[in-house]
Amino acid sequence: MESRNGNLVELRNVHKVYFRDRIEVPVLQGIDLTIREGEFVALMGPSGSGKSTLLNLIAGIDSPTDGEVRVAGESLGTLKPGKLAAWRARHIGFIFQLYNLIPVLTAYQNVELPLLLTKLSAKERKKRVLKVLGLVGLEARAKHFPRQLSGGEEQRVAIARAIVADPTLLVADEPTGDLDAKNAAEILTLLQRLHAELEKTILMVTHDPHAAERAEKTLHLDKGVLQP
Amino acid sequence: MKYFRLIWANLLRAKRRTFLTVFSIAIALFLFCTLRTVITSFEASLRASEATRLVVRHGASLVFPLPLAYRERLVQVPGVNGVSYGNWFGGFYQDPKNQFAQFAMDVPTMFDLFPELVMPADQVQAFRSERTAAIIGKALAKKYGWKLGDQVPIIGTIFPGEWRFVVRGIYEGKTKDVDENTLFFHWDYLNESLPEGRKNQVGIYWIRVASPDLAADVSRRVDAMFENSPQPTKTETEKAFQAGFISMIGNIQLLLTIIGSAIVFAIMLVTVNTMMMAARERTTEIAVLKTLGYSDGLILRLVAGEALLVSLLGGLLGCGLAALVFHESDFTASGFFPNFRVLPETIVAGLLLAVLMGILSGIVPAVTAARLEVASALRKVA
Amino acid sequence: MAVPLAYNLRNLFARKVSTTLTALGIGLVSWVFIFTLALAGGFQSALQKTGSHENAIVVRSGSTAELTSIIPREAAAAIESQPEIARAPDGTPLATHELVVLWNLERKNGTSTNVVVRGVTPKSFALRPRIRLVEGRMFRPGLEEVVVGRLANARIAHLAVGDRIKLAGRAWSVVGVFDAQGTSFDSEIWGDVELFMPVFDRPVYQSVTFRLDDPSHFGAIQKRLESDPRMSVQVKHEDDFYAAQSATLAGLLRGLGLFVTLIMALGAVFGALNTMYAAVGARAKEIGTLLALGFSRGAILTSFLIESVLLATLGGLLGCLLALPVNGITTSTTNFASFSEIAFRFEVTPSMLLSGMIFAAVMGALGGWFPSRNAARRVIVEALRQA
Repeated sequence: MESRNGNLVELRNVHKVYFRDRIEVPVLQGIDLTIREGEFVALMGPSGSGKSTLLNLIAGIDSPTDGEVRVAGESLGTLKPGKLAAWRARHIGFIFQLYNLIPVLTAYQNVELPLLLTKLSAKERKKRVLKVLGLVGLEARAKHFPRQLSGGEEQRVAIARAIVADPTLLVADEPTGDLDAKNAAEILTLLQRLHAELEKTILMVTHDPHAAERAEKTLHLDKGVLQP
Repeated sequence: MKYFRLIWANLLRAKRRTFLTVFSIAIALFLFCTLRTVITSFEASLRASEATRLVVRHGASLVFPLPLAYRERLVQVPGVNGVSYGNWFGGFYQDPKNQFAQFAMDVPTMFDLFPELVMPADQVQAFRSERTAAIIGKALAKKYGWKLGDQVPIIGTIFPGEWRFVVRGIYEGKTKDVDENTLFFHWDYLNESLPEGRKNQVGIYWIRVASPDLAADVSRRVDAMFENSPQPTKTETEKAFQAGFISMIGNIQLLLTIIGSAIVFAIMLVTVNTMMMAARERTTEIAVLKTLGYSDGLILRLVAGEALLVSLLGGLLGCGLAALVFHESDFTASGFFPNFRVLPETIVAGLLLAVLMGILSGIVPAVTAARLEVASALRKVA
Repeated sequence: MAVPLAYNLRNLFARKVSTTLTALGIGLVSWVFIFTLALAGGFQSALQKTGSHENAIVVRSGSTAELTSIIPREAAAAIESQPEIARAPDGTPLATHELVVLWNLERKNGTSTNVVVRGVTPKSFALRPRIRLVEGRMFRPGLEEVVVGRLANARIAHLAVGDRIKLAGRAWSVVGVFDAQGTSFDSEIWGDVELFMPVFDRPVYQSVTFRLDDPSHFGAIQKRLESDPRMSVQVKHEDDFYAAQSATLAGLLRGLGLFVTLIMALGAVFGALNTMYAAVGARAKEIGTLLALGFSRGAILTSFLIESVLLATLGGLLGCLLALPVNGITTSTTNFASFSEIAFRFEVTPSMLLSGMIFAAVMGALGGWFPSRNAARRVIVEALRQA
């Protein structure tokens, strides 16, 4: 994986505009952003500031109206949809606020999902799934369904799913937004561990200042503009 | 394949809905197989006909008889190596509803001309040597519970009165398509009981030619021979003769096809609706899979695969049920379909139809899922 | 307090695609139902209308069709001299003796069939006053001329006025077409019986038909003729005689139709179940709200049940509309009871349409019952929590 000057994420003059019933809603205006390899960055801002949109652009599930988004050496705008999906599978691990586990699959099967896209054998996949489940402390619950897990446990499975394919960048959208204080703290500790021990690059969107404290550096977004 | 568990798990998500959908497809295919079998049983006689056997009948219609004297002349036609004859009796057993075929046959020649009637030698002998003897097919014997030695009274409609026969043989068909619902008795017995004016009249002659390619020539020759006589003939292969019967039924085949298509279409509508309902509930999940890197093409294949799996399950259930229900059943609809069984070709056609249904009903949900825009779908949730 | 009907109607229209697909599915089942009833009914009607209750027909005892019947000249004369027979204006008995043979001809689509060729007398027309000549002229007795029924003219090859048709080695001119009002006579070829007999080498008649002077005399004449030792005959009302010929095939068509429709209905009910369950599931929050507002569980159940029945009835209506064009379509087959060609028209009656609608409504009720119960039983708090 190629990176220039150790920069994993580079955004140049990125604009994003939405259309709601023909009315233009500018969400991001002239964003310049750099994230280096191995950084743990928090992105804060009031609701409606465009944080999630920015995250989506970096994760490659949305594209800017103007400007360039380079992640892990690729300019995302140049990739065709099929290639973009493959790129995403390889480089991005996504953690959602509402966990978004697939209810009809067990914890094990949920974590295995990204690996199905690879050429690994079933045995290899099993090895990796159990490894990351162990990492998040839920090996014993591998065969349980999401409805049998608590909120905190579900989010940990989601994190396991996000790292099982060893992605370049972890993006988390309000990972503790739906959890109580205790569980939130546990999740944040886990993220810090991933950053420290596995040297994962993490971009976390949050509106909770306690969560942002756990990151190395915090960026502020307001009304679609990054505060200096 | 490795995605099977994902597809299967999705089907189990809404068990009741999957169950109902699988069952309605099974129903459609069950009906399809049944209707198709109605048509194929009509055609059973075509499959059973011998290529070297020709039917000679009165040129105007089957209703008019041919003279017995024709037999001598038929035997001498070049290419002919066997002649037999018989009369349709057209009676019933006890109740006019109990109709089945009865033929008065020329016994000395019938077994030569009809080798597909398989019967033990001692029964053949007993039949030959007794004037009022009759032989019946295995299916007929089973239907009415007749055994060797039983007396069977038949009420005649063309030849009035009550006729009594003794069962001296029970025959089997050499292949599954040979009809086993007929009663054969002595032509001589019928003939001698008729008044003078009606004696020595034959309903149908059967002639055998040395090889199938002689059929057309011999047919022409026979018909030319009797062209200008008071009883002209029409000679054709047995297959053509049977086909003529089937075509008399007219549009029934078309009607059954119409009904069958309506059924399949109706059930497909149901299935499409169900698939689309299921798809609507899963927009978030599909968005998540896409964030994990599942490509649009893969998503399309997964959703289509689901539809296909449901349809195949329904197809196997429906076709299997049809094959089972009509397997050894006596269903003949009072003699209309002597041989109602589901052919392997019908089952294969049914399964292919199920696959087609699966593909067609899965298209819209699959394409919708493939086209789903991740960002907007996720935005709706959080 | 009942849930307003508007709630159900709006919801049906809010989910247009789902509503349409389910209604269409049920509609098709209704359509097949009406289709097979119209087919069997049309066939049976053609035969039932053929005879009239005021006429009696005499055939050989044991014969179920004219084809297998034999009535010698002397017997026919004896029958026609019976006192109970009505008189024609000229004083002669209103009776006729007819010959019936089958002739193998080709339909216009190339398939072959057996057409009834009937030798008649002038009285044959008088006995069936509904038969009228609609094209050409009547055949002249003693000449090689025939008239053909309207449906025979339409469906069999070479039976137009002016054509010549080969029967029994002679060429006969088709000089006219008659309309027999959709009865089996419409599929027949009629000519002079006295000329047919030597030509077809049939020295006997197949039937004698006459009009009773008084309907109540039927029993007497039937008893006398059937016990007469000089002949072995049976006497039936003309309409009963022809109706009986349709019984087997009509029964078979109806049986097949019912079998297919019932099973298909099961599939449609499954479809309705799916739709209604999904509707109930999607509207859990509304149901919770309605319950919280004070609507009874019975009202909820009734409301969803009505919605299902409405949906199905809409389908039934569609099915009926689609069935209307089927009415009057002509088709033909060989009636195995008489071994002869009979052309008939699909007959869609108002009662069939009503049956189709009721059938659809029943499917809707069956498909809606369990989901409606499901709706009524929802726990309020859980329902309100639905996202």
